Amino acid sequence: MPVDPPEGAALPAGKGARIDLSGMTKRYGGAVAVDDVTLTVEPGEFMTFLGPSGSGKTTTLNMIAGFTDITSGTLRIDDRPVGAVPAHKRDIGVVFQHYALFPHMTVAQNVAFPLRQRRVPRAERDRLVAAALETVQLPGHASRYPRELSGGQQQRVALARAIVFSPRVLLMDEPLGALDRKLREFLQLEIKRIHREVGSTFVFVTHDQEEALVLSDRIAVFNNARIEQVGTARDLYERPATLFVARFLGESTVLRGTATPDGSRSRLDLDGFAVRASGGVRSGPAALVVRPERLRLEADESDAGGGGNAIPVTVVEEIYLGAARKLEVLLPGGARGLVREQAGTSSDLRVGDRARLCWHPDDCVLLPDDPTTERILT
Amino acid sequence: MAALLSPLSPSGPAAAATPAEKGGGSRGRARNRPFLLIVPALLVLLAVFAYPVAQTFVSAFTTPSPGTGNFAWFFGSPANVAVLTRTFSTALWATVICLCLAYPYAYLMTVASPRARATLLLIVMLPFWTSLMVRTFAWLVLLQDTGLVNGFLGLLGLGPVSLVRTQTGVLIGMVQILMPFMVLPLYSVMSGIDRRLLTAAQSLGARPLVALLRVFVPLSLPGVAAGATMVFITSLGFYVTPALLGSPSEALISQFMYTQVSGMLMWGRGGAMAVVLFAATLLLIGLLGLAMRAGRRGKAGAR
Amino acid sequence: MSARLGRAALWTAGVLVAAWLVAPTLVVIPLGFTDKVSLTFPPTGWSTRWYANFFGDPAWTAALANSLLVGVLVAVVATAIGTAAAFGLTRWTNGRGSAAASVLLLAPMIVPGIILAIGIYAVFLKLGLAGTLVGFVAAHTVLAMPFVVVSVTASLRTFDVRLETAAASLGAGRWATFRQVTLPLIMPGVVSGALFAFVTSFDEVVVSLFIQSPTLVTLPVQMYSSVTRETDPTLAAAATMILVLTTVLVGGGLTLAARRNRAR
Repeated sequence: MPVDPPEGAALPAGKGARIDLSGMTKRYGGAVAVDDVTLTVEPGEFMTFLGPSGSGKTTTLNMIAGFTDITSGTLRIDDRPVGAVPAHKRDIGVVFQHYALFPHMTVAQNVAFPLRQRRVPRAERDRLVAAALETVQLPGHASRYPRELSGGQQQRVALARAIVFSPRVLLMDEPLGALDRKLREFLQLEIKRIHREVGSTFVFVTHDQEEALVLSDRIAVFNNARIEQVGTARDLYERPATLFVARFLGESTVLRGTATPDGSRSRLDLDGFAVRASGGVRSGPAALVVRPERLRLEADESDAGGGGNAIPVTVVEEIYLGAARKLEVLLPGGARGLVREQAGTSSDLRVGDRARLCWHPDDCVLLPDDPTTERILT
Repeated sequence: MAALLSPLSPSGPAAAATPAEKGGGSRGRARNRPFLLIVPALLVLLAVFAYPVAQTFVSAFTTPSPGTGNFAWFFGSPANVAVLTRTFSTALWATVICLCLAYPYAYLMTVASPRARATLLLIVMLPFWTSLMVRTFAWLVLLQDTGLVNGFLGLLGLGPVSLVRTQTGVLIGMVQILMPFMVLPLYSVMSGIDRRLLTAAQSLGARPLVALLRVFVPLSLPGVAAGATMVFITSLGFYVTPALLGSPSEALISQFMYTQVSGMLMWGRGGAMAVVLFAATLLLIGLLGLAMRAGRRGKAGAR
Repeated sequence: MSARLGRAALWTAGVLVAAWLVAPTLVVIPLGFTDKVSLTFPPTGWSTRWYANFFGDPAWTAALANSLLVGVLVAVVATAIGTAAAFGLTRWTNGRGSAAASVLLLAPMIVPGIILAIGIYAVFLKLGLAGTLVGFVAAHTVLAMPFVVVSVTASLRTFDVRLETAAASLGAGRWATFRQVTLPLIMPGVVSGALFAFVTSFDEVVVSLFIQSPTLVTLPVQMYSSVTRETDPTLAAAATMILVLTTVLVGGGLTLAARRNRAR
């Protein structure tokens, strides 16, 4: 049962464990599913593994849970190597996308299952089950069978079952993937609340970037069996380390060209014009990434931005979003840009209008070009 | 075989859904353990099935003296060969009659409502699970010279016909017992035929019956082949029904084997007949496999 | 018009075939209650004397007791071994190995019974197993095991293996997972396998004819030898009881199988 927090743990509930992955690799025959993943999840942290399907995030999760053997590398939980510990002795809670509720047991029996395995006395067991069902806001359903519940309710039961034995680590493998959008958004908030309440270390796998942004303290972006970048949502959005991360998280305009150092900035030569980007000096093939809200469309031909980038464009598409609108513009070389305008500060440009696309060099990132992202993302 | 067995476990398409991808298994350390679970069954099978059968086959060549004497004996006597041909002709008749009765029955199952289909399935499975002895005994009562069937025929001015201790009697009993072996493979193939093909054929101008014959029947042939093979090889090994409903002077190979071994203790002769019977069975299964493969290739080529 | 006619013809044929499959066997029921000594159908008067005769004759009652005992033992042994084998087959990752093993496990269903009977008889004579309880149980187990394997395999195929993964994550070891999660969920398959195993043994004639001994005769063997010797309505009484027992058991087995499917 609940292990006492280690001496000096300075966390809210003091119950989360630290997870250290070091050089973790999983091979199936010749195929590499997870390639040399090194990562530390801090005690009590909400860490999300984000990536497209087949990127290795679920395999990594399964190795942490003990469902999949580790080919090489080490896995430590609170400095204890657990690679050889069988899954049922790891004391890790897992929530599956497919719920995996035992169909022959009632909700209460399902939630009591891990406690029975740990030989928790009856009275204590009943109390903990009630508390867990309370936590997931599902009291009064204890004697129902899983098939009598909706998908969202089933997933709450699965969640209750995974937290009832106070595991210091809770793993969730796309737990909301089978639910419709409204319910998913609601349960995201619930999961966030439960994370605050139980204080365990959460590792959450998803391919949905919005979900990752809503939930996570930090996000590890997986691609091609490797971690591309680990950081807070803001880090990843504002300072993506790779073109893949930039394109996977949020929308952006990507301009490809050849970079040359230009003082403390870099200069990127595109088809027939050049732009500048600050933050790091680069040379060679590069991709410039700007977020839609950092772009501005100027209707007049005059040069408005002092020292800013400005490219003549044509508006080709308008998407009305209520609080904002998105405009797709065509650049001289055939590339497309995406501009987001808040309602109220909007230009009155229409499809077919010519304009200038402007942004400040500080508002964009210049990254090494990586043609493989096209294949993965489209 | 699978088609035959499926109704024992009417799992249907739901059985196919065993997604094992994500969250897979942690059976790394225990990769060989599943095999250990089969070991007791394999031991029992080896001791009480494979070894005795092999022993029987070996005895054909070794008892009472090494050589092919037992086969020379068997094929040397016209009476013995007559037993073999009678066995095959009985099996053939049983197969043909089964097919004629089972085809419309299986077709009815594919067009009936789910509830009616379940009832029809239950009825056809019934002989499979009611005691062979009980059923054969019931036929004995019905078919005897003073029995119900002859009484009925007498009313029509046809009787009495000798039914017990004739090949007709044997066939009546055998066909009833063998029906599930024909209906189930037929049904499993027929239910997989896309019925829209029939509608399509009709929309192309074929009359319903022509559409049925030109489209449905050819597509159901794999079921016919599987069912016919099952019925044929099963009837080759029938013992109880021919022994009780048939005439001792028109014995089939199983009865002959029983007499040779149990009555006369001629193990080698029994073994030789077992070899012949088993070889015929294997040959038929092999031919069925070839036919199925050819059929599949033909279909693939047509596509 | 012609479609409706065709449909009517189809149904007529189907109903006739169905009647022919079911009705003849049922004659044994009234026949067991006849008051005559002959097996004339339909009976003209009624009595229960043949049941009295059955239960008064040690040959019949001993045969019934033997059949019940052998059947129960076979059900237990075949179910235990067959369930383990079904598990092995579905979990064994070596595709070729498990395919070969499943062919072997189902082989007793297609090898003609008479061949197996002769072989078993020869081996049992040598080992002194002919006419013994062990011999009967062993021989019938081989014949019954395929049905258990098929039945349990079917329920294992619909069983969601991920539930075992979930159980492991919740702290259940291999055995606890089997006992608390897997077994309860495949129980219908196991029970129907056991029922089919019992019925297989209870009905078996050919092998039993060979390995019987004066001290150990099963009910179908007793029926067989009665039919060939003298036939009186005691046979019909015995047949009725076998019919009722197997119908109840198989009906139960099929109901379980149906429930298993509905639970999905």
